[in-house]
Amino acid sequence: MSNVLLEVRDVAREFDVSKPWLNRVIERQPRTILKAVDGVSFTINRGETLSLVGESGCGKSTIARVVCGLYAPSRGSVIFDGVDMAKASTSEQQQLRKRFQMIFQDPYASLNPRWRVGRIIAEPIVAHGLMSDQNEIRKKVDQLLLQVGLSPQDQEKFPHEFSGGQRQRISIARALSSNPEFLVCDEPTSALDVSVQAQILNLMKDLQREFGLTYLFISHNLAVVSHISTRVGVMYLGRLVEIADTKRIFQQPLHPYTQMLQSAIPDLKMTGKQRTPVAGEVPNPLNPPSGCTFHPRCPHANDRCKAEAPKMIEHPLGGAVACHAVEEKRIVPIKLAA
Amino acid sequence: MSTPLLEVKNLKVEFPTRRGLLTAVDDISLTIAPGEVLGVVGESGAGKSLTGAAIIGLLEPPGRIASGEILLNGRRIDNLPFEEMRKIRGREIGAIFQDPLTSLNPLYTIGRQITETILTHLDVSPEEARKRAIDLLNEVGIPAAERRIDHYPHQFSGGMRQRVVISLALAAQPKLIIADEPTTALDVSIQAQIITLIKKLCREQGTAVMLVTHDMGVIAETADRVAVMYAGRIAEIGPVAEVIHNPQHPYTVGLMGAIPNVGDTSERLTQIDGSMPRLNAIPTGCAFNPRCTRKSEVQGQRCTTERPSLMPAGKTQAACWLHAQKN
Amino acid sequence: MNDTIKRALDSDLWYSFKRHPLVITAAILSLICIFGALLAPIIAPHNPFDLKTLNLLDAFTPPAWTENGKLTYVLGTDDQGRDVLSTIMYGSRVSLLVGICAVALSMVIGITLGLISGYMGGAVDAFIMRVADIQLSFPAILIALLIDGVARVIIGKDGHDQVAIYVLIFAIAASGWVQYARTVRGSTLVERNKEYVQAARVIGRKPLIIMFSHVLPNVMGPVLVLATLHVGSAIITEATLSFLGVGVPPTQPSLGTLIRIGNDFLFSGEWWITVFPGLMLIVLVLSINIIGDWLRDALNPKLR
Repeated sequence: MSNVLLEVRDVAREFDVSKPWLNRVIERQPRTILKAVDGVSFTINRGETLSLVGESGCGKSTIARVVCGLYAPSRGSVIFDGVDMAKASTSEQQQLRKRFQMIFQDPYASLNPRWRVGRIIAEPIVAHGLMSDQNEIRKKVDQLLLQVGLSPQDQEKFPHEFSGGQRQRISIARALSSNPEFLVCDEPTSALDVSVQAQILNLMKDLQREFGLTYLFISHNLAVVSHISTRVGVMYLGRLVEIADTKRIFQQPLHPYTQMLQSAIPDLKMTGKQRTPVAGEVPNPLNPPSGCTFHPRCPHANDRCKAEAPKMIEHPLGGAVACHAVEEKRIVPIKLAA
Repeated sequence: MSTPLLEVKNLKVEFPTRRGLLTAVDDISLTIAPGEVLGVVGESGAGKSLTGAAIIGLLEPPGRIASGEILLNGRRIDNLPFEEMRKIRGREIGAIFQDPLTSLNPLYTIGRQITETILTHLDVSPEEARKRAIDLLNEVGIPAAERRIDHYPHQFSGGMRQRVVISLALAAQPKLIIADEPTTALDVSIQAQIITLIKKLCREQGTAVMLVTHDMGVIAETADRVAVMYAGRIAEIGPVAEVIHNPQHPYTVGLMGAIPNVGDTSERLTQIDGSMPRLNAIPTGCAFNPRCTRKSEVQGQRCTTERPSLMPAGKTQAACWLHAQKN
Repeated sequence: MNDTIKRALDSDLWYSFKRHPLVITAAILSLICIFGALLAPIIAPHNPFDLKTLNLLDAFTPPAWTENGKLTYVLGTDDQGRDVLSTIMYGSRVSLLVGICAVALSMVIGITLGLISGYMGGAVDAFIMRVADIQLSFPAILIALLIDGVARVIIGKDGHDQVAIYVLIFAIAASGWVQYARTVRGSTLVERNKEYVQAARVIGRKPLIIMFSHVLPNVMGPVLVLATLHVGSAIITEATLSFLGVGVPPTQPSLGTLIRIGNDFLFSGEWWITVFPGLMLIVLVLSINIIGDWLRDALNPKLR
């Protein structure tokens, strides 16, 4: 058994955001294609947490949905435990499906408001036919509720009777009910208050230890990511720009964009310090810049950056970076105080 | 401290509902000095946004100010008729809201919206107003302001739109700005830009800001003083460095510990068990008492029976009986 | 069960209901109409269709409170001596039956097509919606007349009388489903992108299960409002068709048939034969519509 649980190989996903056919014909406009994800590759080992960070529109949520099979990739493949998801037979896919689950961002939208909590949590069990006896299912749901810090009486309630944090616990209980190995978490705490976020992050860590879970964790919050991840991938405009161990990413960020994100983290310890504001905004993904998509905002950009898209190259400090300046050693690694 | 620009005395905001009266803001007092940035931080439902809305007279019905006073430069503004209040909004108090898209009218150019605000409140000619609008846009960092002034809100990106909203809030040179989650809808890198901008403008123009947010990081970088709210009450108020590094109220302590920090290698975050009470079930005594881990240190049943008011605690003020014993 | 009742009494809907006297009046009136219709064989003073009890000498008796009125015939009698009050009660049975069945049938068709259309999208959606557009470009009455005409030709006059009521239901339903399909499709488009639906997809549920057990309960609110209002308009359509003579046969008169029969005598002074069924129709439809309007407002969170 290989140590790699999930491999994402050169995945791209495009969305057709054209106007309706008739409008296009009348206005003589071509189709508009949005490249939400453009050639992303990474692997996740068993038991680790890989986080993908980036600003809105960088394609991190799209990756999560491609991995879960909600979107079919336009190119590339997702390989789960050695099986290519696209080539697997229907029954094989059904077998694989119960081994991974997803936790969503909005705890108010991810639970069906008309269903009771017990039925919500039991849905994966019923869908995969894991148990058929009603009493057995009830017992399993009771146990799951206790595991996520709720009480068995909550089975009879409806989602609206719970607070945001409690709903996210229900969401986690549902994800765990088919005994999965792999959880895709799409911004699971970004809709929650900090104190509740701490509860959920602690819970997720406890569960990971207890069940040996593997996480793909999507977030825009670097502080949260630094707390929960083993490895971190940084995304910008549909591409992965840097991936490395958490320690390396936060202590010696190489890619200029990673460095920029770091300097934008509000630092509680140094009250009153000046943030170094980064110029510019994320360009329109419908019309991304040529070459390295970060070049208009990058202080190190030169002509090569404008013309040629950089490839991911392994770096001696660990991990991989897609940056011409790093490759040409124009960027000297800086060591940030931890 | 000099005479306060804004003084809120025992403000109470209530919502009559069919299940009874909900007190969303309960007996809050605070002051803001001219040019000062006061951060108001709290979790959702703590009443921080309502406090801001009450001050600018924009409480959504059926919400209403039940008691208390709001004084701007010593003049009561909480009981003014609608027309009077409208004149104060914009002229003396500016507002910045969370979602820049909804605070701008999508049908008018931003130039028209800014000049209209200027013309309503200041005695200048239309040409002058337009010139001022361009200056304002330049000041908030919008490139090619002369050209962009005739654009519509949808032609701006999120960060640029928030800059426009800020220039709109500043248009009539108010003395106080209420900023309700001004950076929440923005990406981190844009957040930093907007915070820097707000700070710079306040310093240059001497504008005071009440910064309402749930993000302690934003407060740490921007505010001079901070008020921590819990269940409609102020739990702790004091200089920002003190509240962050040396919090006195057990809730503030828990809140600070719950924030993950880059480079912090601890395995678990400090967590406050339980959740904030719903408004219809606020405990008697200290609202935080069911979740408080230090309740046992206070003699008797004081925490569960008697509500603490703000009392000096270290270099801040905290509403906690722990500090009553020491004095 | 007790729990459900307690929840219902505590709901916002019940609270809103209690605060609208007009709606309460409408609800009481429609309940009276419905019970009057349902229990007609038991509580009606006469059986207007029992030929043995009819007496032609009683024909054209005016209402009880007028000069020549008789107390046995409170609202008077028609040309064959049938008691108007009783014919109204029996007539509402037919009207309500046609109205409710037609609405139920168009709901089933409309909801199913709307769900499929909204959830599947693409070519399926385009096809269903274009059919709906075509359907919409014909007036309801025209479609009903068409279906009725076709049925008459196929089944023949004698057979037609027996199945007339089903033809009528089908004809009204066929013109009504479009509204349900459109409403459901619109709400489905919104619900489909919500995370609970995506969660169900990640879990591996089949599209049909997602559509009917996840999406459907969440799009029913606007459908119920529509259905209530549609009952009123279906009753009107039925009455119109019966008035035009293509609806139910005179042996099984509905409110519309009664109005048509009475219409012949309106100018000879026997106003009660047509006015009372007409009033009944107005009261019934008006109260249903008032309830429907209130439901729409009460279920709309923006207006609460």
